Amino acid sequence: MSPIVKRKGERFTLPGKYLLFVLTIVCCVMMLLTFGTDLFNRPLNTAVGYVVVPFQQGISRAGEWLSNRSEELVEIRSLLEENTSLKEQVAELTEQNTILQQEKYELNNLRKLFELDDQYSDYEKVGARIISRDSGNWYSNFTIDKGYDDGLSVDMNVIAGGGLVGRISSVGPNWAKVTSIISDGSNVSGAVLATGDKLMVSGDLKLMADGVISFSQLLDSEGKVAAGDKVVTSNISDKYLPNILIGYIHTLSQDANNLTKSGYITPAVDFEHLDEVLVITQLKQQINEEEALE
Amino acid sequence: MKKKIVVTIIILVCFILQCTVFRSLAFGGIIPNLMIILTSSFGFMRGDREGLIIGFFCGLLCDIFYGDILGFYALMCMYIGFVNGKFSRIFYPEDIKLPIALIVVSDLTYGIVCYILQFLLRGKFDFPFYFTRVILPEAVYTIMVTIILYPLILKINERLEVKERRSEQKFV
Repeated sequence: MSPIVKRKGERFTLPGKYLLFVLTIVCCVMMLLTFGTDLFNRPLNTAVGYVVVPFQQGISRAGEWLSNRSEELVEIRSLLEENTSLKEQVAELTEQNTILQQEKYELNNLRKLFELDDQYSDYEKVGARIISRDSGNWYSNFTIDKGYDDGLSVDMNVIAGGGLVGRISSVGPNWAKVTSIISDGSNVSGAVLATGDKLMVSGDLKLMADGVISFSQLLDSEGKVAAGDKVVTSNISDKYLPNILIGYIHTLSQDANNLTKSGYITPAVDFEHLDEVLVITQLKQQINEEEALE
Repeated sequence: MKKKIVVTIIILVCFILQCTVFRSLAFGGIIPNLMIILTSSFGFMRGDREGLIIGFFCGLLCDIFYGDILGFYALMCMYIGFVNGKFSRIFYPEDIKLPIALIVVSDLTYGIVCYILQFLLRGKFDFPFYFTRVILPEAVYTIMVTIILYPLILKINERLEVKERRSEQKFV
């Protein structure tokens, strides 16, 4: 008698191997469907958003609170000593500040001359807190505590401390997954600020321990790019807004083809100690549309 | 019904711990894989059918939060649960050697399959590097956590089984 035929008075259960077969097909179909579309993402993201995310928020808050308290206790004594020396510094710094303000005025004028926008201060940003990190060891993505209820959507750029962190790759009602630029397999089109040469920045698991990310395809025909140069997102990137700081060139070397250069970049963001990030609520496409209208 | 609720809560707690608490306890950026511990221990404790169901949901949770495509981790964890379930016949609760061996082998397999499908196919051929820096440390850390977590899972499972037997006897 076939094992899946229901006998009288017995509760119906599908044997393991049949269930395995059915679920394998379900998984394969899901993989194929989600490879091209985001059919399941919305309902599933919403569902887990209400079940898992509140706990993650709570736990990461509690953990942060605990680590903050322990740090406070350790630091109180040194803070008292620091306080006196800092007071002296304050006096010094006020004097310096007046000088700096004069210089800032000068800098603004020079920036206008250089036709570089006032960094990214004119983009609208939303602050968010990191509540959990990747469940595996292969990638370095993380989840933040804001979602489409707060106006976020897929492909929005995420920055922290003045540098590029990554972009949102999946969004739920109260959470969003951020794919970071150091994650293996993520690529960003960048440009060297000084010369305008385009390059490709790609994250690599191998380099993560060294705190650098690799770049390639730098077409530096004049040989002007040097270590220490600023690398920003380029204007031809289709997901990243232009002129967001990625990092500084660490080393560079000529490729075997003698045409392009590759090397390493030190990211501007400290990815290991990232707690809070800013999400730019402006998408690259919207800018293009506005420009097209003009 | 009660069993399902308890198992769901265990899965959620482990996933949340893995993504939050263990991230701050990471050694060299490596975290243990609690999902594999859950999947394989429920597999050899309760048989292939439940092993594959629990594996499926553990994997699906990882997929929703951190997967690029839905179903990849679910498929892998499901098979790990199923294969572990085949060992339920030679499993005795008193013996800790078999569970540890099974969990290590499961975690290594999981790591190697992840490497092959996500890295080797993208042309990253340096297997020794990935093995010594990601797969092996993860397995070692996972064993350490298993030694603490496994007795807990075993206790919970025993309690659930005792209750099941009682309710079965009522009907007889």
